[in-house]
Amino acid sequence: MTDESDNLIEVRDLTFSRGHRKIFDHLNLTIKRGEVTALMGPSGTGKTTLLRLITRQLIPQQGAIYIEGIDIATLSQAKLYELRQRFGMLFQNGALLTDLSVFENVAFPLLEHTKLSRRLISHIVLTKLHAVGLRGAADMMPAELSGGMARRVALARAMVMDPDILIYDEPFVGLDPISLGVIVRLVRRMNDALGITSIVVSHDVEEIATVADRSFLIADGKVAASGSPDELRTANSELVRQFMHGMADGPVAFHYEAPDYEEQLLGRENE
Amino acid sequence: MRQTRSVEIGTGLFVLLGMSALFFLTTQTTGGDDFQAESVYMVEARFENVGSLRQRAPVTMSGVTIGRVTDVTFDPVSLEAVVQFVIDAKFDRIPDDTDASILTSGILGSQYIGLQAGGSDMYLEEGSEILFTQSAIILENLIGKFLVNSGSSDEESN
Amino acid sequence: MRRSVQDIYENSFEFLRTFGAFQLFFLRLLRYSPGIFFSRFDLVVKQVYNTGALSLVIIMVCGLFVGAVLALQAYSNMSVFNAEDWTGVAAAFALVKELGPVLTAILFAGRAGTALTSEIGLMKATDQLSAMEMMAVNPVRRVLVPRFLGGVIAMPLLAAIFSGIGLFGAHLVGVELFQVDVGSFWQQIQLTLEIDDVREGIIKSCVFGVAASLIAVWEGYNAVPTAEGVGRATTRTVVITAIAILVFDFMITAALI
Repeated sequence: MTDESDNLIEVRDLTFSRGHRKIFDHLNLTIKRGEVTALMGPSGTGKTTLLRLITRQLIPQQGAIYIEGIDIATLSQAKLYELRQRFGMLFQNGALLTDLSVFENVAFPLLEHTKLSRRLISHIVLTKLHAVGLRGAADMMPAELSGGMARRVALARAMVMDPDILIYDEPFVGLDPISLGVIVRLVRRMNDALGITSIVVSHDVEEIATVADRSFLIADGKVAASGSPDELRTANSELVRQFMHGMADGPVAFHYEAPDYEEQLLGRENE
Repeated sequence: MRQTRSVEIGTGLFVLLGMSALFFLTTQTTGGDDFQAESVYMVEARFENVGSLRQRAPVTMSGVTIGRVTDVTFDPVSLEAVVQFVIDAKFDRIPDDTDASILTSGILGSQYIGLQAGGSDMYLEEGSEILFTQSAIILENLIGKFLVNSGSSDEESN
Repeated sequence: MRRSVQDIYENSFEFLRTFGAFQLFFLRLLRYSPGIFFSRFDLVVKQVYNTGALSLVIIMVCGLFVGAVLALQAYSNMSVFNAEDWTGVAAAFALVKELGPVLTAILFAGRAGTALTSEIGLMKATDQLSAMEMMAVNPVRRVLVPRFLGGVIAMPLLAAIFSGIGLFGAHLVGVELFQVDVGSFWQQIQLTLEIDDVREGIIKSCVFGVAASLIAVWEGYNAVPTAEGVGRATTRTVVITAIAILVFDFMITAALI
């Protein structure tokens, strides 16, 4: 069957700790080619850390990550940079280079890695900017952009080298409904129109439901649930239910660990 | 990219300013009486005591700088100090019985070589040696002599 | 008692580790420097502008006043011995050998050093450095090395300008204000100051340039990526640079005496 070769990225038995905190505990997940895969989870589960591990900005203590069947830990520096050029990453706050204009930001990867002529670069950059609807903002500086606009420019930049894999780190955070709609539409359209694979890290259940083909819910360092958005919504697990329906209390406790309430209050009064 | 032109001009001006400051410091503030000559010839002289005479100290005649000390060494055989210095080739009629003294400029100044002309018909040339030399006056010896003299003159008057 | 001994042990170990990492960082910057200098000269030029040209105002103003004050002090001392001609010499000596390089370096740390640290720290905090890594661009080569080189090139030039303007300030005080004869003023300087003194000043400013740029870039790169962290890193840049400058100043002066 074609299942194996459809797995673009495989995370096997991943264990990663930062200091004494265990962030991932024998985590397993696969990302299929051509799909939009969502990584969800409560705050602090380390979703961004997982992205860093996949792009080898961090190295796991145990386990391995395979991209197209190759263990990325075995790659040389040169091969790693080659691999990274196949990724496009959209950071949470855009991460545009503040001393360059919008045009220069989008052109950055081209200028650094290719020897294309200025005309060709200009052509490509303006095309990508047009795709995100910001061709008119080409001469503005990042400081002049709104949050939504900055994120769209960052998306254009992420796409400029025609990557195979687009990664979105919390793309929906802090956007007004209109900008939100724009981004959601772009994620889906890019993936389908360009035939690429997309990974979206988010905790926005609603938006993910409209965009993702498959979701992984990560909690306590493991995959708590996985499947299509519909499957997750009707899941049985308490944790999944709390997350998907936004319930205040459940497996993820409302109260931070504290000594007994009565004792603490009355104990003080008696002093 | 638009800012690049003014940045480049600004940087260029800055580096220019810095370079001129460096140039100014190295040329205009030093070596007031540095000796410069197109061609020179080397002469040697031996002293019992060179005091604090150093390399690059001036060599003067009648108060005018005509040369420069190039080397101060010690001869382990004759147990004397050997000073090598160069004289501007323009001055090629210095008698070879000229004497060389180590003098001090001012009261606490640095030391230099002062030449006093002799009367010979033969002139100094490359490799000549000046035979009549006067060592540096060492302050401590002078004071010592002064004390001894005043002591003995006290005795005499008594 | 045992806790504090253990703390000292751990802290010294940590200090050693940081110090070692610092040296390795320095070597890394050095290794990339020639490459960047020739292939991305435009980046270096921009940084020479940022650290050098933009510091001109403070350097020139301070240089002028330091030179003037030195001449002022010197004059009041020299006139006691009727040696007014020597007014310039005291100012020249102090400026060229010590105050020029040292004060320039400390002012540099305050103006350019903090700018470097906060800029790099901010880039770290807003993920710009990570973004570069993701785009397969080495942020050390693209961001850190040009800024390091910019400071190294700018510092000796700034120090020379400081000393030069300082001498001008001394001239203004000595010749214009106190009517010292301009000829003897400058001649005495030229007679007393030697090329070795100027050389000593230049060596110092070069060493200080490396130290100040290195520390500024290091602190920015290693800052905690929050607003508070960047602020603290900026403060550390000034403090550590100042201490390093004065220690090196002592060592170089002692070595060249």
